[in-house]
Amino acid sequence: MIPLNWYLILSAVLFLLGVLGFFVKRNIIGLLLSVEIMLNAVNLTFVAFSSKNGQISGQVFVFFVLVVAAAEAAVGLALVIAMFRNRETLNVDRSNLLKW
Amino acid sequence: MIEAIFFLFAALAVGAAINVLVQKHVLYSALSLIVLLVSMSGLFILLEADFLAVINVIVYAGAIMVLFVFVIMLLNLPADEDGADRLRWLKFLGIPMALFLLFMILATLWNVGSETLVERQTAGTPEAIGRSLFTDYLLPFEVTSLLILIALMGAVVFAKKEL
Amino acid sequence: MIEYLTSQTFLLMILKMLIVFGGLMGAFAYLSLVERRVMAFVQMRPGPNRVGPFGLLQPIADGLKFLFKEQVRPTGANEWLYLIAPLISLVPALLSFAVIPFGPALQVTDLNVALLVVFAVGSLSVYGIVLGGWASNSKYPLIASMRSSAQMISYELSLTLSVVGVLMLANTLSLVKLVESQEGMWFGFIPKWNIFFQPVAFIIYMIAATAETNRLPFDLAESEQELVSGWHTEYSGMKFAMYMIAEYGNLTATVCIATILFFGGWNGPSFGPDWLRLILPTIWFVLKIAVFIFIYVLARSTVPRIRYDQLMRFGWKYMLPIALANILITSFLVAIS
Repeated sequence: MIPLNWYLILSAVLFLLGVLGFFVKRNIIGLLLSVEIMLNAVNLTFVAFSSKNGQISGQVFVFFVLVVAAAEAAVGLALVIAMFRNRETLNVDRSNLLKW
Repeated sequence: MIEAIFFLFAALAVGAAINVLVQKHVLYSALSLIVLLVSMSGLFILLEADFLAVINVIVYAGAIMVLFVFVIMLLNLPADEDGADRLRWLKFLGIPMALFLLFMILATLWNVGSETLVERQTAGTPEAIGRSLFTDYLLPFEVTSLLILIALMGAVVFAKKEL
Repeated sequence: MIEYLTSQTFLLMILKMLIVFGGLMGAFAYLSLVERRVMAFVQMRPGPNRVGPFGLLQPIADGLKFLFKEQVRPTGANEWLYLIAPLISLVPALLSFAVIPFGPALQVTDLNVALLVVFAVGSLSVYGIVLGGWASNSKYPLIASMRSSAQMISYELSLTLSVVGVLMLANTLSLVKLVESQEGMWFGFIPKWNIFFQPVAFIIYMIAATAETNRLPFDLAESEQELVSGWHTEYSGMKFAMYMIAEYGNLTATVCIATILFFGGWNGPSFGPDWLRLILPTIWFVLKIAVFIFIYVLARSTVPRIRYDQLMRFGWKYMLPIALANILITSFLVAIS
């Protein structure tokens, strides 16, 4: 059987890859994809702990994370389309009208 | 045997996540994310959460990522241009910081729960999840339906031709 | 690990997979012949009957032709995606046969979420069409794949919701247990099939399955009159053959699920000597599938195509409320009985 901390380490690595992607990516859709990687890492942690403690609440909470991810992806992509219509580019560095 | 399968799915997941970051074209990043989701489903099956594994594929990889791929194809972007990149040096600060954070988290997690997983008392069957979802967590369940309604209205309003 | 890979269970599983895979490939090849012949007879012409007696060697000739064709790639096509898009369409179509029971103990594997696995791999097959259309770098495939992806994710909802009524009656997601819950007969001659409990769900399932597999009347994405050949316009040779096998595979998988959910799967009257009793369930299953495939091919030959806006309106404004109403009424009836 597989010890619990292997799953936790894998989840931490994936979460940090998501955070790194959030720093590095300049495309807005790339940022949204990095957020999805982070949410998936959290899902893995929930399910690993649910399996360790024998309670089902961890898996139920993954449902809610999934719903939130779906809602956020839908609204985020609608925003991306609206931004693209006005600006013709998806580079976040070009969305700097509010800069000093 | 199970360790081999775990390492296979873990390597696939980490490789797909790195590929999401590395690729220049955002469509390849989205496809790598789909590979990540499928390997997550494999890991869920190893953790005896088979209903959640299949739901992950149906909802996340089969609907949300289709939305992503659809929008990417609709906007028809070329590969990332290297334009206003005055903050390029932040990339070289970010990677060492992330590695440092990884080291801190791993140092904490290395010895947590290194005993093997207990024999599960409640399996990840649809019946168990449904029972818990509709008795203990009924209020969050209804609130998520409201959340989806709000997201639906928001998406429709934002994607209109004239706001 | 080595002792597992050479153990008897593993080798038996590999043998079952090879039998199912080989049988399915032959079945899909001859399904193309069946379709062409039936369509031809509806149109008062004989169809392919030159190659071999009754055209029985036509699929073999087609297969050889596909193998020997030149591998063309359009200019500016995304080479990696152009190569793997047919595979992304083919693998889910074949993967859903891993959980379908062909007889009392004849399935490759049995999971307790088997029905959802079929829907999961069905939802992954959208990518084969979307990427195939986009990677071809040409306008007709792009339009076709956009239309098809919108159509498939719209009808996936009605498809999944329409089977919830059956699941409430049977209380299980495993396909083997669903078949076993429809054993027996009332009054000695009416079988206990779910079609008598859920007729509306059956109609919704068949219509949604037609839309999911891109068959007429919902085959806007490959409409020959408008879009040359839809998302597989730029494909030729073995890649096109993979798309064709994927289409027949999806069709057969949805028909198998329809018989398992609504028509009792391999249940049927059992008679005769012992060796006949062993293979009779599989024969009943194959006969039921044959009836439904015949109905699908007849639908292809006779029904006109639905326009895109009519299709979206139908999927969201009519099918989805009817499927939800079916769930409500079924849950109410299950709760009070």
